[in-house]
Amino acid sequence: MIRFDNVSKTYPRQNAPALSNVSLEVERGEFVFLVGSSGSGKSTFLRLLLREERASHGSVHVLGKDLGRLSNWKIPQMRRQLGTVFQDFRLLPNKTVGENVAFALEVIGRPRGQIRKTVPEVLELVGLGGKEERMPGELSGGEQQRVAIARAFVNRPMLLIADEPTGNLDPQTSVGIMKLLDRINRTGTTVVMATHDAQIVDQMRKRVIELERGLLVRDQARGVYGYQH
Amino acid sequence: MRAHFVLSEIGVGLRRNLTMTFAVIVSVALSLSLLGGSLLTNQQVNSMKDFWYDRVEVSIFLCNENDAQTDPACSRGAVTEDQKEQLVAELEELELVEDVFYESADEAYEHYQTQQADSPIAAVVTPDQMQESYRVKLTDPTRYDVVSSAFAGREGVQSVQDQRSTLENLFDLLNGVNYAALGLMALMLIVALLLIVNTVRVSAFSRRRETGIMRLVGASSLYIQLPFILEAAIAGLLGALFACVLIVGVKYFAINNFLAEQIPLINFIGWDAVLSVLPLVLVVGALMPSLAAFFALRKYLRV
Repeated sequence: MIRFDNVSKTYPRQNAPALSNVSLEVERGEFVFLVGSSGSGKSTFLRLLLREERASHGSVHVLGKDLGRLSNWKIPQMRRQLGTVFQDFRLLPNKTVGENVAFALEVIGRPRGQIRKTVPEVLELVGLGGKEERMPGELSGGEQQRVAIARAFVNRPMLLIADEPTGNLDPQTSVGIMKLLDRINRTGTTVVMATHDAQIVDQMRKRVIELERGLLVRDQARGVYGYQH
Repeated sequence: MRAHFVLSEIGVGLRRNLTMTFAVIVSVALSLSLLGGSLLTNQQVNSMKDFWYDRVEVSIFLCNENDAQTDPACSRGAVTEDQKEQLVAELEELELVEDVFYESADEAYEHYQTQQADSPIAAVVTPDQMQESYRVKLTDPTRYDVVSSAFAGREGVQSVQDQRSTLENLFDLLNGVNYAALGLMALMLIVALLLIVNTVRVSAFSRRRETGIMRLVGASSLYIQLPFILEAAIAGLLGALFACVLIVGVKYFAINNFLAEQIPLINFIGWDAVLSVLPLVLVVGALMPSLAAFFALRKYLRV
């Protein structure tokens, strides 16, 4: 599903690499937490997965494709098989909940009939059944993140990438979001989640990958958050 | 490709940047009407050249008694009958010469009087001050110098004049004006393109949320860029339409209803010439802004 071979990334005009010599593999269907303090390289790791950046050295394979060799015009096709969720939800404030989810299908040219059928289904799945006509501004943070997850999942991606999805939510709401991500994981979707939330990591007991100053310092099955900050 | 989605995006974009869109439309309209106008002026000048050059003649002015005293070219006295006969014989031998007309001093006087009827000079000019001349029509008016070198400076010949050189001054002036219009057009077009680049930048910035999401969910770059490019194309096309209206308006009001009546001598360009320029104006109007938008997007929109 994901394979990093000796991956390093140095940004232009910076001396210290954001990632250095990281090698790891994630199997299909795994749930992986990515932890580390700010500036440890978590974001770079995710950006490499999304092919927002290219590795300076080494190779990144996602879904069987070498992203370093993927030509630019094939990137959209690759991204359609990924779902992405962010801390700040990234919803369109002037579209309804339903339209926000439909947007992801519209812009990749899916037929209208399919959109009309899929959107309510996926909203039902994330626990927002019947809220299609609401505007994002009317919803709580947790509900907005559910909309974002619905949008990320509506294409049934093989891999879901979540960048601190609970970062803006209170602990109780976070638990709900984690349950949802866990349920999505159980349908066979691989989940990679960057987080600072020690409580969640300790509760879930999933694989934990820890980065520190760009280095892979821990890769632990059924791990815990493990460091103080 | 879902047309509905793209169209609604375009509508939103154009409305959001209404002032900028308006500026684009106006500058495109002005630059393209200058383009069409100068193309048509060029055609006009060419058709006038064809028309007038067919009619121009080389005039060989002969010395009269008056010139014999004042003009060094005529220092050997007025032209004699022998010299005239010799001249005509030589002219008719030249292959270049199509026709030779003789104009006597009296005829020249009459022409002068009718042409310069209002001039105070006309009243004091007498027939014996006028010159006899041969009007030579050439098969190829550009080879005037053959006649000029053969006859200028001969006994009895005062001067050889080419009407073409007089016309050329006029045409040079018209062409000069035309180049100035083209230069102005180029400047206006650059202004229009810079405006478009700026519009795209603002537009891309105000829609970065949408385009960011589109990128993440795997919309193709064409799909992301198309609304921006079509926006520019539509603004450009509107400008081009205005330019067409302007060109047709000038043809109808200024040329057909005014100049053509005032100056019947000139054969003005017809509707066919005007209509043949309009498609070019429309194509340039749609294409240039699209290209400008495309290159602006490469800079201001990550896809």
